[in-house]
Amino acid sequence: MPAFIIRRLAQSVFVMLVVAMVAFLMFNYVGDPVHQMVGIETSMQEREALREALGLNDPPLVQFARFVGHAVQGKFGLSYQYKRPVAELFEERLPATLELSLVAALFSLVIGIPMGVYTGLHRSGFLSRIFMTFSLIGISLPTFLIGILLIFVFAVILGWLPSYGRGEVVAIGGWTTGLLTISGLKALIMPAITLGMFQLTLIMRLIRSEMLEVLRTDYIKFARARGLTDRAINFGHALKNTLVPVITITGLQIGSIIAFAIITETVFQWPGMGLLFLQAIHNVDIPIMSAYLILVAFFFVVINLIVDILYYVVDPRLRVDMGKAGGHG
Amino acid sequence: MRKFVLSATLFVAVAALCLSPLSSAAQAKTLKWAFQSDLMSLDPHSLNETFLIGFLGNVYEGLVRRGPNLEIEPALAERWEIKDPTRWRFYLRKGVKFHNGNPFTADDVIFSFHRAMSEGSDFKTRVSTVKEMKKIDDYTVDVITKAPNPILISEWSSWFIMDKEWCEKHGATESANVKSGKENYATRHENGTGAFIVTERQKDVKTVLEPYKDWWDKPKHNLTRVIFTPISSDATRVAALLSGEVDMMYPVPVQDIKRIDRHAGTSVLVGPELRTIFLGMNQTYDELPCSNIKGKNPLKDVRVRKAIYQAIDIQAIKKKIMRGLSEPSALMISPKLFPSYAKDFKRYPYDPAASKKLLAEAGYPNGFTMCMDAPNNRYVNDEQIAQAVASMLAKVGIKVNLKAQPKAQYFKKVLAYDTEFYLLGWTPSSFDSWNVLYNLIDTRDPKTGRGKFNLGGYSNPKIDALTDKILSETDIAKRNLMIKEAYELLNKDVGYIPLHQQSLAWGKKDNVDLVQRADNVFMLYFVNIK
Repeated sequence: MPAFIIRRLAQSVFVMLVVAMVAFLMFNYVGDPVHQMVGIETSMQEREALREALGLNDPPLVQFARFVGHAVQGKFGLSYQYKRPVAELFEERLPATLELSLVAALFSLVIGIPMGVYTGLHRSGFLSRIFMTFSLIGISLPTFLIGILLIFVFAVILGWLPSYGRGEVVAIGGWTTGLLTISGLKALIMPAITLGMFQLTLIMRLIRSEMLEVLRTDYIKFARARGLTDRAINFGHALKNTLVPVITITGLQIGSIIAFAIITETVFQWPGMGLLFLQAIHNVDIPIMSAYLILVAFFFVVINLIVDILYYVVDPRLRVDMGKAGGHG
Repeated sequence: MRKFVLSATLFVAVAALCLSPLSSAAQAKTLKWAFQSDLMSLDPHSLNETFLIGFLGNVYEGLVRRGPNLEIEPALAERWEIKDPTRWRFYLRKGVKFHNGNPFTADDVIFSFHRAMSEGSDFKTRVSTVKEMKKIDDYTVDVITKAPNPILISEWSSWFIMDKEWCEKHGATESANVKSGKENYATRHENGTGAFIVTERQKDVKTVLEPYKDWWDKPKHNLTRVIFTPISSDATRVAALLSGEVDMMYPVPVQDIKRIDRHAGTSVLVGPELRTIFLGMNQTYDELPCSNIKGKNPLKDVRVRKAIYQAIDIQAIKKKIMRGLSEPSALMISPKLFPSYAKDFKRYPYDPAASKKLLAEAGYPNGFTMCMDAPNNRYVNDEQIAQAVASMLAKVGIKVNLKAQPKAQYFKKVLAYDTEFYLLGWTPSSFDSWNVLYNLIDTRDPKTGRGKFNLGGYSNPKIDALTDKILSETDIAKRNLMIKEAYELLNKDVGYIPLHQQSLAWGKKDNVDLVQRADNVFMLYFVNIK
């Protein structure tokens, strides 16, 4: 077990380095940050001096080594555009992104699982067909379109929900939360739905096909023969057996929810890391871009590691109580 | 009618008061507004960007400021006089206090001059013509310039004065500098003399301003609180205005103007902007790398340049691409900034037949090919304009390979003078033609920085000589004649092809009364909420 974890950790470090390297190579093609840092009247000599001072004239490998050296110590430097420490900018934004991502994931589970179970049980029911059509929309519509549609219906036409921002937030220690105020909760609804929509339909379809599979198995037939109630069979036996792949998928999807938040955050002006990253791209703010990519890679690596370790723990046969415990995640 | 509207408004207001016990008269005077990006910093010397400096103009002030029609007004300097051509005397306003209560004196002016010249500052050009500043007494400062400069103050409405004592106390005596690796106190705190105080700031969320009680000027606004929010997505910004969550926002995307106007209670304010959009042509290369013509550069021939000019249907661009929101221009400066003679200038008429004839005369009866560069996220519909130009040129036989890129990549390429044919926009920061002539039109000289944005390398020694004279000529009438002559020479050479001035579009609720300045700056002290 420890050997396994150490091996995985070593692989994770390697993955992080590769991500950092690829990101760095990309930065050579995103444009010149110096032109975004100064007004148009600044002279060429001043621009060149600034470029030199920032080390942008060094070979990419030297820049990369310097960056990794600083990053290991947690130093990401000053943002080119905001002239503030990058680490601090991320600290301010992390709560917003994590809160949104977790609520979106929760939303997709809480709605997605019952819908999946229902459509699995009543394959040709009228409601099932509606759900399936709905899921097709969820899968095929791009995120920003869903966001804008929601804004126009619920903010412009009905006026129920705010179209942008995070509402009033409460600071608890270094963490800001919008979950404790009415306006914060209202502001969270549309972004969470937008962000969780794809995952919701994914989970629903996954559960449905798993349910269909499981319901055909012998032990379900046997359970029926024993005269168990439908409720006990469907939820006690069938659903439990479908949850294992769902846990895996959910774990992995949390990573992509955080990464996909870029678009949702831009549509709703949600003050999270994704919004910061997108603006950094516009302004070629390399310190923010590199720190973001490293951070997202880090999230993915950590989540993968946890999933791997979970596998290792429960392998080869996932016990039912483990499935239950993981169901909360 | 007015009476009816008044009583109706009153009725609605009373009804609103009864319905929502929480709202009070004071709350009704809160202005919420949105722009597409956030302030990069609160440091007034850190970045020379229109929006940032415009916003900070509500908080900080310069010796002079601009009025509703961009006229220069006294601000922190009550008056000034030119003692001799290189010596200006400024008499500072007495009794002005910074937001922290410190008095404003001559020391602060001199300190702000040095700060604007510090390494991290992006405002060196504003004060670089100044040799030194001398304190005569607490409220008098002499400014000695390196050479006579009749337009010294025209660039100073955006050079803001900071408090020496405050900056020293907080270690912010130099402008924020990325190279230092350390944050500057002034990046997140302000201490100006302006009409508003920043009371709260959360980046990308909101910036809250409240009126400064001890402001030296009499407030013309009736605001008690201002909340600024950046909303980067165009659709969301429009939605926020339509749903009433913000009272004012800009810019309005061209395609949404009708929608906002149709919606009850909101409207769009449209006006011409100062920026001139134009096409530049490379006149230094001996051969265009992209072209099928080898051994010579067709763009060096004035007939070819004129052919390109006359092949462009500017009215079609205005109608189809800008949806009416542009003002075709025959000048490299907005007519608002050169009112004396602007109307004397006319564009070469759109005439594809004449254009073909000129090309044939120049020896290109079958046209030629070349490459074009344009940004795709810098100006209103920049990429579409470039596409239209390319297709119009195709009709006279010039095949253009267009490369439209985001501004970050675009500027990297063209500022290295690596372009054959390009689209650019320019607003002279001094609102004066000398800036246009010196930066865009004069012969490029890497040593002095003259002509550094003359990316195509157009050159006419007569214009260079005029530019020098214009800089030091103090007789305004004579000066205007010289500017006119320079522009006439340029037009004769077709050194550039001016296209248009794009329009400003601000969306607002009907109950918000404001002044839309042509430099696209939103001054809060003109705002009244009815």
